[in-house]
Amino acid sequence: MSHLVIAPLLLPLLAGILLLLLRGMDLRWRRGLALAAVLGQLALALLLTRAVADGDILVYALGNWPAPFGICLVADRLAAWLLVTTALLALFALAYGSLGTDRAGRHFHVLFQLELFGLNGAFLTGDLFNLFVFFEVLLIASYGLLLHGGGRLRTRAALHYVVINLAGSALFLIAAGLFYGLLGTLNLADLAVQVAAVSPDRLPLVRAAGLLLFGVFALKAALVPLSLWLPGAYANTSAPVAALFAIMTKVGAYAILRLSTLVFGGALIIDWLLPLALLTLAVGMIGATGSDRLRAQVAYLVLASVGTLLTAFGLGSAAGIAAGLYYLPHSTFAAAALFLLADQIAGQRGDLADRLEPGPVLGRHWVLGVLFFLCAIAMAGLPPLSGFIGKFLILRAALDRPSAPWVLGVVLVGGLLALMALARSGSRLFYKTIDSAPAADTPTPPGAALGLVAGLLALGVAMTLWAGPLNDYTDAIARQLLHPAGYVQAVLGPRGGARP
Amino acid sequence: MNLLLCVITPFLGAALVAAVARLGTWQAAAAAAGVTLAAGAWLAPLVGGTFQGTTLIERYTWMPREGLDLTFRLDGFGLLFALMILGIGLLVILYARWYFSPQDRLGRFYTGMMLFMGSMLGVVLSENLIQLLIFWELTSLSSFLLISYWQQRTEARQGARMALTVTGMGGLALLGGILLLGQITGSYDLSVVLAAGDQVRAHPLYLPTLLLILLGAFTKSAQFPFHFWLPNAMAAPTPVSAYLHSATMVKAGVFLLARLFPTLSGTPEWTWIVSLTGLTTLLIGAVFALFKHDLKGLLAYSTISHLGLITLLFGLGTPLAALAGVFHIINHATFKASLFMAAGIIDHETGTRDMRRINGMWGVMPYTATLAMVAAAAMAGVPLFNGFLSKEMFFTETLGTVAQLRFGWLLPLTAIVAGIFAVAYSLRFIHDVFFNGAPIDLPRTPHEPSRWMRLPVEVLVALCLLVGMLPALTVEPLLAIAARGVLQGPLPPHSIAIWHGFTPALWMSLIALTGGVLVYEGRRPLFALAARLEGRLEARRPYDWLVAGVFGVARWVTVRLDLASLQRMLFLFVLSALALGMAGFWSAPMPLTGAGPLLPFDPVSLLVALGLAACTASVVVLHRSRLIALILLGAVGLIVSLIFAKFSAPDLALTQLSVEVVTIVLLLLALYFLPQSTPAESSRPRQVRDLLLALAAGGGNAALAWAVLTRPAESIADWFLTHSLPGGGGANVVNVILVDFRGFDTLGEITVLALAGLGIYAMLDGLRLPAPAADAQGRAWDPDAHPLIMASLVRLLLPLALLVAVYILLRGHQLPGGGFIAGLVTAVALIMQYLANGVAWTRARLPANLHPLIAAGLLIATMTGLGSLALGYPFLTSSFVHFHWALVGDFELASAMAFDLGVYLVVVGATLLILIHLGLVHDLSRPPAEEPR
Repeated sequence: MSHLVIAPLLLPLLAGILLLLLRGMDLRWRRGLALAAVLGQLALALLLTRAVADGDILVYALGNWPAPFGICLVADRLAAWLLVTTALLALFALAYGSLGTDRAGRHFHVLFQLELFGLNGAFLTGDLFNLFVFFEVLLIASYGLLLHGGGRLRTRAALHYVVINLAGSALFLIAAGLFYGLLGTLNLADLAVQVAAVSPDRLPLVRAAGLLLFGVFALKAALVPLSLWLPGAYANTSAPVAALFAIMTKVGAYAILRLSTLVFGGALIIDWLLPLALLTLAVGMIGATGSDRLRAQVAYLVLASVGTLLTAFGLGSAAGIAAGLYYLPHSTFAAAALFLLADQIAGQRGDLADRLEPGPVLGRHWVLGVLFFLCAIAMAGLPPLSGFIGKFLILRAALDRPSAPWVLGVVLVGGLLALMALARSGSRLFYKTIDSAPAADTPTPPGAALGLVAGLLALGVAMTLWAGPLNDYTDAIARQLLHPAGYVQAVLGPRGGARP
Repeated sequence: MNLLLCVITPFLGAALVAAVARLGTWQAAAAAAGVTLAAGAWLAPLVGGTFQGTTLIERYTWMPREGLDLTFRLDGFGLLFALMILGIGLLVILYARWYFSPQDRLGRFYTGMMLFMGSMLGVVLSENLIQLLIFWELTSLSSFLLISYWQQRTEARQGARMALTVTGMGGLALLGGILLLGQITGSYDLSVVLAAGDQVRAHPLYLPTLLLILLGAFTKSAQFPFHFWLPNAMAAPTPVSAYLHSATMVKAGVFLLARLFPTLSGTPEWTWIVSLTGLTTLLIGAVFALFKHDLKGLLAYSTISHLGLITLLFGLGTPLAALAGVFHIINHATFKASLFMAAGIIDHETGTRDMRRINGMWGVMPYTATLAMVAAAAMAGVPLFNGFLSKEMFFTETLGTVAQLRFGWLLPLTAIVAGIFAVAYSLRFIHDVFFNGAPIDLPRTPHEPSRWMRLPVEVLVALCLLVGMLPALTVEPLLAIAARGVLQGPLPPHSIAIWHGFTPALWMSLIALTGGVLVYEGRRPLFALAARLEGRLEARRPYDWLVAGVFGVARWVTVRLDLASLQRMLFLFVLSALALGMAGFWSAPMPLTGAGPLLPFDPVSLLVALGLAACTASVVVLHRSRLIALILLGAVGLIVSLIFAKFSAPDLALTQLSVEVVTIVLLLLALYFLPQSTPAESSRPRQVRDLLLALAAGGGNAALAWAVLTRPAESIADWFLTHSLPGGGGANVVNVILVDFRGFDTLGEITVLALAGLGIYAMLDGLRLPAPAADAQGRAWDPDAHPLIMASLVRLLLPLALLVAVYILLRGHQLPGGGFIAGLVTAVALIMQYLANGVAWTRARLPANLHPLIAAGLLIATMTGLGSLALGYPFLTSSFVHFHWALVGDFELASAMAFDLGVYLVVVGATLLILIHLGLVHDLSRPPAEEPR
């Protein structure tokens, strides 16, 4: 049993504890420690990716208790893919946070590491209740991070976030309870076995439980109509937190994908997913067009990217899932880059902040402008960056589906709205300047911050250049997901879940 | 390799130019020219082969599984465009060096231009259609940067955004069209698509494919009704217009029409849509051009008209028409680029572009005037100039339709009318600017421009003349290979010559020339009419209206979405949960009640259940009085713990009890700072709505629970019962599950608790709230905040309580108890100290810094888990030993107990951290005089 599977959980947990113990230490050391921990996670995630690349599914039985009785962690290609995405994103968000945001409140680094603990745990766990636990870790850590730095709008948005998500947790418990009551197990692989063999007088109840669980994950993913919490939370928190949160909605999307492919074998949830995803995409794009603040606009674009991602998953085919999985890291990095950039722009404009109104000429105007242009291209899914490849793959996957006209129509018109909205924002922020010079005490954007934005964009460029191999890998993920028997066997052994 | 390098060179060159531009304008121009020449140099060795008719394909693997490889293609048609892009690009680079004023940033212009040049080369040299689309969109993006060059001008910003929106929309449509085309043919490679014409035209998806692709082509080539972006893009600097809006970008649309001509043409749909669009555009452009007072406006509408002409030719669908279309592409590029440059010179010299003010320039700049006159004559279709040749071919082709279509005669008629206007506006361009009296109030005093600024115009005008007079010697070979590239087959018999005898086409040319002169002579009443209609016929208006509408509607929707209303979020959440649950529940027929045995009924349970229901209902009814609601909530919790006890779950009962106490105390502390009652905010209908929803959701939940609980349960629980003692070394199964079987969950949960503590600390740290001086009824607080008897009693109780906690902690593995409960008991004991003695008193005696305690708890729990790793077992594997100790007896010591200690520490630490900081918010807000004794 390879400890590589649990290492991505232990590292941020220990780093978080250590940072809590060493909270009196000089901030520079703590930053270094936190960054080292994230780099370590990246290395671990890459090692894990290599270990599962051949299609092996690594199972880690915690406490050495056999599944389905103990909790197990399961590393397959999908989990590894998301771990790498998370670690890369975290690296940039943390580096940006270390430029000064971490001074704005208490325990930034502790919360950050434990948030990563929650994220990695959610991706790796093979147990429904354990997933609930990691959702709680995520929720509380993200609540703390959301509040970081304080302020009226931020506190209000965070309150909404935590209350609606606690309601989600309650529903999660209800659904998990129903599953346990009906099927007598919480292990995901075992659930898959039990669901497949469920008696007709329990089937509707199992479906109800499954759909309630879908409701919980849809809330996490911000699927319309459960998306109202997202714009406020993302638009008002600090920049590195917003950047890190670009992966948060993906946790919900991941859970939906896992649940629908593994436990329900591709049925049940799919029927609901596609229409809601398209609706989410549409609402996100309309919101982005109608926003009067840059960060709200980016938040709505995140919503739209959730819609795009779940549209891909909602196609239900290997091609659709593969396309979505290519799109996932892209949209995460692009949104993060735009959040960080928006912070730099807002910091230059005094009281105007990120409101989309003509303001003074910014410091490093051209650098900011070029970065904005590139970020906008990435976010709107225009060539030549990875967003276009993702969109192309998704549309291509949709073509042989009956829903093709809808998907094509919504995605393409959505792209046009994004283009119009971002062109207007860029024009107002960078072109339509008023003559007054910026306030004398306005700092120019630090090169390091802009470098991080450029770095996130470079990830998108790399994703474009190596689109072929990456696409092969996401296709392999999709095929693995659509053959859940491998997962079940890896967890329960060749018996496939016969109870002793 | 050459084609890839040719396309990439300008992109890399853009970076070079941007870097070099710091050195100076000459250096920037030289770098840009060098890059252009380099790109051409990669192409040069391939020219010979292309003229021999070979089609070169270069392939680089990118995403082979998705049919998207980096694939380039060079055939005659691609070569023609590449030559135009590079050749005119070079001229524009030279021209721009003189055009811009010293304060303009030339580096930015050249960088944008290099990007555009690379994109355009990519479009014309792509074999893969998706790749073509990538470059296609890049031309839109780079042209946005170029049009908005003078970004401080409103019209530049608006023009750029408009061009981007319209062509971007077309690009997205084109993407859809190409995807469909790929779906039909199974490939995005042009070679395959071009060979699959019959298959495509017979396919049921042909029409949507055609429409989407045409939308792309028409928006790019400024065809009616999308033509309006082009005149508005005239806010760009003139070199940009000369390059993008005459020779290259707008030609991308007709390039695409020509490229896909063998695949898509030849159907009635193609003929009707393309030729009607072209015809309308031809006519509208020609008429509008005459009435534009802006020099560049006139040229823009003229461009629209000529693009319409080319589109119309491809729409006719005959090979000869396609040949004429290619020919006109060449001719238009040469004369229109030179006219734009001439217009730029005039603008540059006079400081205005208004033809009502610029008059009599002949006297000031005769040389430029001569050049412009030649180019304008070509534009008008005067014999001996190149425009005449292709226009005559065009007239011939229009006559061909007379016999074929019912209203076929309309076509040559419209062509003549458009021809008349083309002559008229060309005449106006010359007459108004260079003659027609004296200039009126010019901002600058004009004179002949620099020799270098005229050179590019001279080159292009020379080409107009050479092609016009010696077509067979000059353009014929290039035209032949280009047309062969378009048709993908042998050329139709044709002859390009000045004189074909007195053909009908010649008569049409003569009518157009005479008519044009007459129209220009009678222009004054027409101008007056146009002035009255000014602005009313602008296609821009519906566009503006549409865009404003889109943003307006989006804003309207967004404002309504973004109310930041928690009530609405929860309403939607509960509603969604209800809908999802019902959808599952009713997905198949099923009895609600299962076949499982029910427990016997007893009156005490009924009473407790009724009490629970009554308390819960009271919380809802009385929720406005917060204190009472809170106490009732506590009662609910206590009843639940009773229920746990009744069903033989003492651990749960104990946990529930202690959690309830701690929670209520914390809530009471928080309530101290909040208003004592909740104002009524919901309207009556909304209350009814919420009530109904709550009843439905609660009822649904109850139904699900009922249905599940009445079915016989089979679960893994038995396994836990049998394995608890032999496997986990504990007789208390609940505790063994918590610290061993599912210890990892517990590790997660104590992390949650720790995070909650830290989060609340982070939130409250530094927060100072004004404490209310009196309670809700206005009564002052009891001055004796810490009654002596209570304080003494509580102090006495502390050691006892701690002893109980330790006992519960230690015995947890075997009997009801454990770290969680022990932690809560300890916390309750300490909370009582704070309550009875005050925060300050207690802080002085207990460590105030609880972070190390929390961290230590987490660390102990994690380290316990890591210990097993050292022994080669998975994380959190427990081990236990059996002891016999005199007096105490037999007992098991399990490593899981160390884990439980970690749980205990985190629970104590986190609970107290929250409590102390809630208390501090309160305590420090008091004046020092009132500090507790």
